[in-house]
Amino acid sequence: MSAVIAEHDDHHADEHHDHGPAKGLLRWIITTNHKDIGTLYLLFALAMFFVGGSMAMVIRAELFEPGLQFVDPMFFNSMTTMHALVMVFGAVMPAFVGLANWQIPLMIGAKDMALPRMNNMSFWLLVAGVLLLASTLFMETGAPSAGWTFYPPLVLQPITVGTALPFAVFAVHLLGISSIMGAINIIATIFNMRAPSMKMMDMPLFVWTWLITAFLLIAVMPVFAGAVTMLLTDKFFHTSFFNAAGGGDPVLYQHIFWFFGHPEVYIMILPTFGVASTIIPVFARKPLFGYASMVWATGSIAFFSFIVWAHHMFTVGMPMAGELYFMYATMIIAVPTGVKVFNWTATMWKGAMTFETPMLFSIAFVVLFTMGGLTGLMMAIAPVDFQYHDTYFIVAHFHYTLVPASIFILMAAGYFWLPKWTGHMYNEKIGQLHFWLSAISVNILFFPQHFLGLAGMPRRIPDYAVQFADWNMISSIGGFIFGASQLLFLYIVIDTIKGGTGEKVTDEVWEDASKHSLEWTLPSPVPYHTWETPPMLVPTEHVLDSH
Amino acid sequence: MSTNTAYYIPHKATWPVIGTLGLVTMLAGFANYLNGSSIGPMFMVAGLVIFITMLVGWFTLQAKESESGMYSHEVGISYRMGMMWFIFSEIIFFAVFFGTLWYTRNLSVPWLGEGATKELLHSAYEATWPTNGPGNVGGKFEPMSAWGLPFLNTLILLSSGVTCTWAHHGLLAKNRDQLIKGLIATVSLGFLFVLFQAIEYHEAYTEMGLTLGSGVYGSTFFMLTGFHGFHVCVGAIILSVVLFRSWKGHFKPENHFAFEAAAWYWHFVDVVWLGLFVFVYLM
Ligand code: HEM
Ligand SMILES: [Cu+2]
Repeated sequence: MSAVIAEHDDHHADEHHDHGPAKGLLRWIITTNHKDIGTLYLLFALAMFFVGGSMAMVIRAELFEPGLQFVDPMFFNSMTTMHALVMVFGAVMPAFVGLANWQIPLMIGAKDMALPRMNNMSFWLLVAGVLLLASTLFMETGAPSAGWTFYPPLVLQPITVGTALPFAVFAVHLLGISSIMGAINIIATIFNMRAPSMKMMDMPLFVWTWLITAFLLIAVMPVFAGAVTMLLTDKFFHTSFFNAAGGGDPVLYQHIFWFFGHPEVYIMILPTFGVASTIIPVFARKPLFGYASMVWATGSIAFFSFIVWAHHMFTVGMPMAGELYFMYATMIIAVPTGVKVFNWTATMWKGAMTFETPMLFSIAFVVLFTMGGLTGLMMAIAPVDFQYHDTYFIVAHFHYTLVPASIFILMAAGYFWLPKWTGHMYNEKIGQLHFWLSAISVNILFFPQHFLGLAGMPRRIPDYAVQFADWNMISSIGGFIFGASQLLFLYIVIDTIKGGTGEKVTDEVWEDASKHSLEWTLPSPVPYHTWETPPMLVPTEHVLDSH
Repeated sequence: MSTNTAYYIPHKATWPVIGTLGLVTMLAGFANYLNGSSIGPMFMVAGLVIFITMLVGWFTLQAKESESGMYSHEVGISYRMGMMWFIFSEIIFFAVFFGTLWYTRNLSVPWLGEGATKELLHSAYEATWPTNGPGNVGGKFEPMSAWGLPFLNTLILLSSGVTCTWAHHGLLAKNRDQLIKGLIATVSLGFLFVLFQAIEYHEAYTEMGLTLGSGVYGSTFFMLTGFHGFHVCVGAIILSVVLFRSWKGHFKPENHFAFEAAAWYWHFVDVVWLGLFVFVYLM
């Protein structure tokens, strides 16, 4: 074995100068290192989180009181549209790709991603796509304002889209290519770069959930690209795909969009599940309960996500058989989702739990995500969805599944892995403050929206009837507190990178973490190059258990 | 354990950012052009030049690295996986347009011609395929027949699939002559296909009144065949590059990823055409 290593050193001795990062800013532009690229993705996502967040603040300020106070209605609609697009494609998805870049190679004993140059390109295409999209904000006719779903014929009207449509469409193309490249890279890395001693069923759940997410991405991003391409040709090249006068059908767009759109929401939640399944066992000091069932649940959620799309279209006018089919199919998803919630709870059951910030965020995730899942079940019932559809009830539903779920888990991941990546400990006091402020304000922000929706307040409007005034004001107050609290997270990230509490963290960082996953056996901070030789042993706890 | 050390990790890549720059310049230019701005085309051309420069530069680099033996067996597997899933994503992209055709023909057009829609909105409309809708969008047109050029093109693409495989056998048998002849035949057939398709389009526009604007029939017809034709062009260009490399003496029986990728892509384009021939032209 030592002979092999010596030979390897010889071979590379003359290229060694080539192995460190490039100097200065150029390092970040031309890097192929999975950790650098992961950092780029995460910082970009954090920046977009604040950009999208500011738009949300504009929305909540306008809705603070009935009547029009700050912005004109067109701009308001641009804000709801751009807020969603920026958060989905600029913040949540890139943040998870960033985590994948950092963690997957570390967790499976790979020395980098399988296709490093393409990895660099995925990131820059993301930036290019978001810039193209954001450029519409500065145009005379403004950013798109027909909603993030781009429904025709609304989105084809000059007033809702102005000059923005081609920019938005091409942005979607670039973001799609970026996501597909990222997904292909992840698949190739997981299949081809795993340490030889690690079987598929030894992989940490984060890796499993990302593998499945990557397949979802490859399968649905081209669908979205196709849909917006047809919008573009309908607008500029006289086609009639969505124009009934020419024999087309605007409802077709909705089918295509949601065939992408529903898997898309799982693209944002499956990696969330993966991170939660990684963090909870560490702080419960127990192996994950039901590892295999977690893998199967993830797979079946992904499978079902392809055959439930029209639950977004119950009111559009579907044949009765369609309504019934999509109603039952949607409800089935709650079963594997329930398996997951049960497993997280069972993992904590009788565990020797401690409540550091990552764990607090994870527990809040389990509770609050379940809320979002339950409202989802309510809306899955077609006849009652006739009342909920396009009201604030929907807004409450998906924000529960995205903010205290995906976003909370992204925060948890930050607190959990930043000490490993930087070698510095974050400030636990401020972390806990950030958690409590976020967890309380997020409920003040979104819980009242259920009431508003049930009482009939429609979504995507800048003004509303006076009977909705009280809950809207409360919701806005919650929103401002939530928004302001996130500045604490920004402070903590910067502070931790710069040195944090000054306390030197151990390689394990968290007690016995190395029993759960491989990255904790590496030094802290993680060196620029890792796993030049793959690890011989796979220290995941469920594996140790079964031996 | 030797797998990790042997796996080549390139450092400091400049082509990806350059490619991104080219692509975004091109698209921003196109978007400006669509909005009626006169500087759009300039940006499109500039972006295209940057993009092509990137393609040439990046692939030259890959070829050089491959020829100097830097790619281990494992690197080859990663490339193959990459190509495979890229083609998969392309299949899905085509599936969207095939799905559109299916939905339109079997669901939405019949719906236009039945029940209250028919009675109240356009009682004179015969909801039969091919159609340009109750609004007679784009005016009178003649649908494209399957026999004639499209059938000829089917034969051309199918034989190009055979010559491509024949070239591959030549490569594996170290028969350079067969490899090069096979590739020349494949590339020529590919471009011949494109030529015939151009003639077909010309006829459609000038003699049959069939355009992209001919209601939903024209939309689906040109979108499907157009995207396919674009893919044939790309495939033929890729194969030309492979031909050039073969002629320079690249590729070995145990190491010829670029050839394989090009061949996979070509067969994919081939199979999509069969789908088109059946669902767009025949049925
Ligand atoms: C048990 C699981 C779930 C069920 C049964 C469910 C069901 C539904 C239904 C029926 C709708 C359509 C409501 C309407 O427009 O009338 C909907 C909307 C939505 N859901 Fe879920 N959902 C579930 C989980 C999730 C998750 C995990 C996410 C995201 C991470 C999510 C994100 C969304 C979004 C973004 C929308 C609104 C899209 C829009 O119209 O803009 N859902 N959900
Ligand atoms: Cu859905």
